[in-house]
Amino acid sequence: MSAVHYAVRHETLYRYQRDVAHAHQQLRLTPREHQHQHTLMHHLQIDPQPAVMSEYPDAFGNTVTRVELDRPHQRLLVVADMQLRVDAPQAVDLDAGDSWVQVRDQLGYVARLRDEPWLEALRFRSESPYVRIKRAFADYAAECLSPAASVASVSARLMAKIQREFIYAPGSTDIATPLLQVLARRTGVCQDFAHLMIACLRSVGLSARYVSGYLRTQGAEPQRGADASHAWVAVFAPPLGWLGFDPTNNLCVQQQHLGIAWGRDFGDVSPLRGVILGGGAHQLNVHVSVRQIDAPN
Amino acid sequence: MADPTPFLYAGSAQRYDELLERDGSIRPHWRALIEHLSVGDSDSVRRCVDMTRRLIIENGVTYNVYADAQGRDRPWQLDPLPLLIDQREWRELEAGIRQRAQLLNALLVDLYGAQRLIRQGLVPAELAFGHPNFLWPAHGTRPHGDTWLHLYAADLARAPDGRWWVLSDRTQTPSGPGYALENRAIVARVLPGLVNDLSALPLSGFFDTLRASLTQCADGSQAPLVVVLTPGPFNETYFEHAYLARHLGMPLVLGHDLTVRDDRVFLKTLPGLRRVHAILRRLDDDFCDPLELRADSALGVPGLLGAVRAGAVVLANALGSGVLESAGWLGFLPGAAQALLGESLRLPSVATWWCGEKPALEYAIAHLDRLVVKPAFPNQSFEPRFGRDLGEAEIAVLIRRLRGRPYAYVAQERVSLSQAPAWRAGANLRLAARTLTMRVFAVATPHGYEVMPGGLARIAADGKVDIVSSQRGGGSKDVWVLGDPAGPPLHIAAAAPERHLPHDELPSQLVENLFWLGRYSERCEDKARLLRATLAVRTNAAIWPGAREQCLRRGVLGANADPVASLYDDVLEYGLAADLGRLGWCATQSRSRLSAEHWRSISVMQRQFQRAGAGPADPLETLDRLLVSLTALSGFALDDMTQDDGWRLLMLGRRLERIQFLAGLLAERLAGGAPPSQSELEWLLDVGCLGITYRTRYVSAPELATVLQLLIFECASPRALSFQWQAARATLADLAKSVGASTEAPLEQSMARLDEIGIAAIQGAGEAGAQRLRQLGQALADVATAAANQSDRLALRHFSLIDVDFHTLTS
Repeated sequence: MSAVHYAVRHETLYRYQRDVAHAHQQLRLTPREHQHQHTLMHHLQIDPQPAVMSEYPDAFGNTVTRVELDRPHQRLLVVADMQLRVDAPQAVDLDAGDSWVQVRDQLGYVARLRDEPWLEALRFRSESPYVRIKRAFADYAAECLSPAASVASVSARLMAKIQREFIYAPGSTDIATPLLQVLARRTGVCQDFAHLMIACLRSVGLSARYVSGYLRTQGAEPQRGADASHAWVAVFAPPLGWLGFDPTNNLCVQQQHLGIAWGRDFGDVSPLRGVILGGGAHQLNVHVSVRQIDAPN
Repeated sequence: MADPTPFLYAGSAQRYDELLERDGSIRPHWRALIEHLSVGDSDSVRRCVDMTRRLIIENGVTYNVYADAQGRDRPWQLDPLPLLIDQREWRELEAGIRQRAQLLNALLVDLYGAQRLIRQGLVPAELAFGHPNFLWPAHGTRPHGDTWLHLYAADLARAPDGRWWVLSDRTQTPSGPGYALENRAIVARVLPGLVNDLSALPLSGFFDTLRASLTQCADGSQAPLVVVLTPGPFNETYFEHAYLARHLGMPLVLGHDLTVRDDRVFLKTLPGLRRVHAILRRLDDDFCDPLELRADSALGVPGLLGAVRAGAVVLANALGSGVLESAGWLGFLPGAAQALLGESLRLPSVATWWCGEKPALEYAIAHLDRLVVKPAFPNQSFEPRFGRDLGEAEIAVLIRRLRGRPYAYVAQERVSLSQAPAWRAGANLRLAARTLTMRVFAVATPHGYEVMPGGLARIAADGKVDIVSSQRGGGSKDVWVLGDPAGPPLHIAAAAPERHLPHDELPSQLVENLFWLGRYSERCEDKARLLRATLAVRTNAAIWPGAREQCLRRGVLGANADPVASLYDDVLEYGLAADLGRLGWCATQSRSRLSAEHWRSISVMQRQFQRAGAGPADPLETLDRLLVSLTALSGFALDDMTQDDGWRLLMLGRRLERIQFLAGLLAERLAGGAPPSQSELEWLLDVGCLGITYRTRYVSAPELATVLQLLIFECASPRALSFQWQAARATLADLAKSVGASTEAPLEQSMARLDEIGIAAIQGAGEAGAQRLRQLGQALADVATAAANQSDRLALRHFSLIDVDFHTLTS
């Protein structure tokens, strides 16, 4: 395999019923540099022109663009354009790496020095606002957990199980739908499946993070989650590092996933989050296009 | 030496007794107090207790919701007998608290920065990252001077061996310092002279330090503005928020009084936005910024964390400091003290095992009968469980729970609390033993932490329990640290405001509440007069139906109800009782601007009215008394308030309300064109509170022209429309000067029209006279409408910065 190049456009359009008098927006639309993924070009267009705009890195290393709009407006358009290169990853043997039991025990508290990768893993092992830790999640994962299995193979089995047993139904849930309800109804969208898989992994003592980004459309049949922003899971699998699993499509993350931001759950990485004054009812349109392109010169 | 036996008080073998030595003799530092009490008789003790209760009620010291729809408040419980602490012992405790505050601050710096202690394995990652108040968005922020904890509180208990132990740490928004100050103010009045005789160290310096420390942090500014941020009157400790704000001379604000522009925080005031440099917050940190923290919080300030990140505002305490409120940390503090301060921990914590450590979990399970199991994080729904109270099956369930998620639980040794004497109410007042814990406070200064020389002792409802909580019906005590009697005389902390707010620091929300306080004060007065005049003519068949009709139209009497029952019926939407409730609500909302006496008179008035409603009081007498109180309110408004824009709007509210009421009342009566009868005129004079004026000025029976002259055109009488309008117009002009508003045309025009018609017009009989009366009635109706609209225009113009209509969107 060789490097693949992409052009991505992510459009977000809000239409408000009445004037929005003032708005604070936080954008996480700048792709991360990591492992095999590199940003060749990135451009943000915001209409109307913000009064104030600044950038800072958040606690997880994502780039956040802060925007303030102080003129009355009835629509907000944000267009992120980017070109990315994804290098060919090394092949991963799912059975390689430490067993999940071993990793779980080492992630537990012991009074000794931790090195950086483990410290990083500890940040993604606790409960977070959208991912509660419950016995029900551990029970759901139980059949994937043979004691000697590696973290990667446990994760792959869990991913396949979720994809097999859940119905992908856009519009069936929203961000406020509790995860236990998703589990009970066996229905959801990529966000829910990512949260569910993370909840299962954390509930048995492993570390997992939520990744937001895009998915390449393949061939005639579009992948699930390809026309909007997508979400998947990265699992801490020492010594291999963080491995990506997409429970919506039962895909190991290789060259077809483009990561933008990661965090404990959706709340840490939402592409746009804002607080607006006024505005009344609103209408939201999001459109994402991912094209494979030739290597730019 | 005094003998304690008259008080029937005895020590305990299992507990440390604050008053008595093991042999039953009185501890030396208590002797003077006990001697003092032994001199008085049981009546003087009862007076003490009664006065305490009265002061609490009149000062409106409440613990939970004051002004909900039902008006249910729970008065603060205070035992007038202070807890005495010897100064030598205090010094040791003080050093321990100072060190602990410093340690916890250093721990916060580390957790929100390098996380060195987690890396070194000195504290567990789970305790930080699993805590709902560990705010990742705050990671990497650097508060001014690395001060995360500005205000710190610790709950202490004294073990049977006499040592003090820390039960828990309060690092989020420690409540209690205001109650401690109010307790001192009340006890100092109830036991006059004793504070000085015993040389109890004063508390006021602590608050001066707090004010200075917050003002200092706001460096670089000539006149730094510090505000107190409250979640609002529904919070259980709202009394304290308002009290602290008033005592510190800082505006009390709600989230939507503030706005963030370009990473700076501003207060919305009448003249416009005013930069805020520091915020003493009483709002939990995860609610503070819906943009980055809990999106469902309507109480916060969008963008606040950005301003913190930019270093443009000081938050006390810093956002994220709530993470240390977990018993899980207790066992790790000795190691942290060594690592962060290079010192050993001076003040021990109650023995605590965090079950996330394997050996600790096994120990806890093996010794459940001696331990209490608690949740490690505040968002768990798990009530503390005493192992010895559980049956076998329950123990098994508990153990399964512990093994399932060990890191979410702590096991703690049971502590036998110390006991102290408290007055026990009952047929015979006597001293009874009550178990207690003590909350102490520290404030950050550039030179380390300073500890309040005193605190808030909390006592249990009986003498046997080892859990003390205000929620469980316990009480409180003032804590006196006894100083050197030979030292200089001490001054007692005053409850009076230290400084008045400049007008441009008035939150527009507060000003709006003052406006409505003005309106409701006047509205209650008007309705009370209307009801009094009407109930007085109940037996006069000639005018009762008409007068009753006026009352029905205004909704102050229920259509089919007994008039007296209507008086007290707070379900009657426009009834007097309901409006009195709204008056109380507005007063609660603007409490930080009212003097203690002003507030007290409102609360006394409401209690009297409620009591009258509960008993067989004569309605006219009730209304008389109510009117005296309501009139006193207008006295407070005129004489007891700084005459700034907030006051102007309060007065404007009163005047517009009276114009609207009076014009409306007359308009309705005149609309038909029939001249009122003599007794109707008398009734009108009564409602307008002009009966006596009329009788002193005119010997004759009331005549229409002279009555209308008095009610409408008399420029020298505050009861007349013209007077009120002149005053309102002057106030509007003053407001226009200071905030750039103009006077409003419609009310001006309708008043001019009224003048034009004048009183001469109504002379004349027959259809011509009736026509003129209708004309006058119409002009009056226009005035009433214009006055009502004026109030909406004011709202638009002055309060438009208030906009609570914000929501969070994510995509």
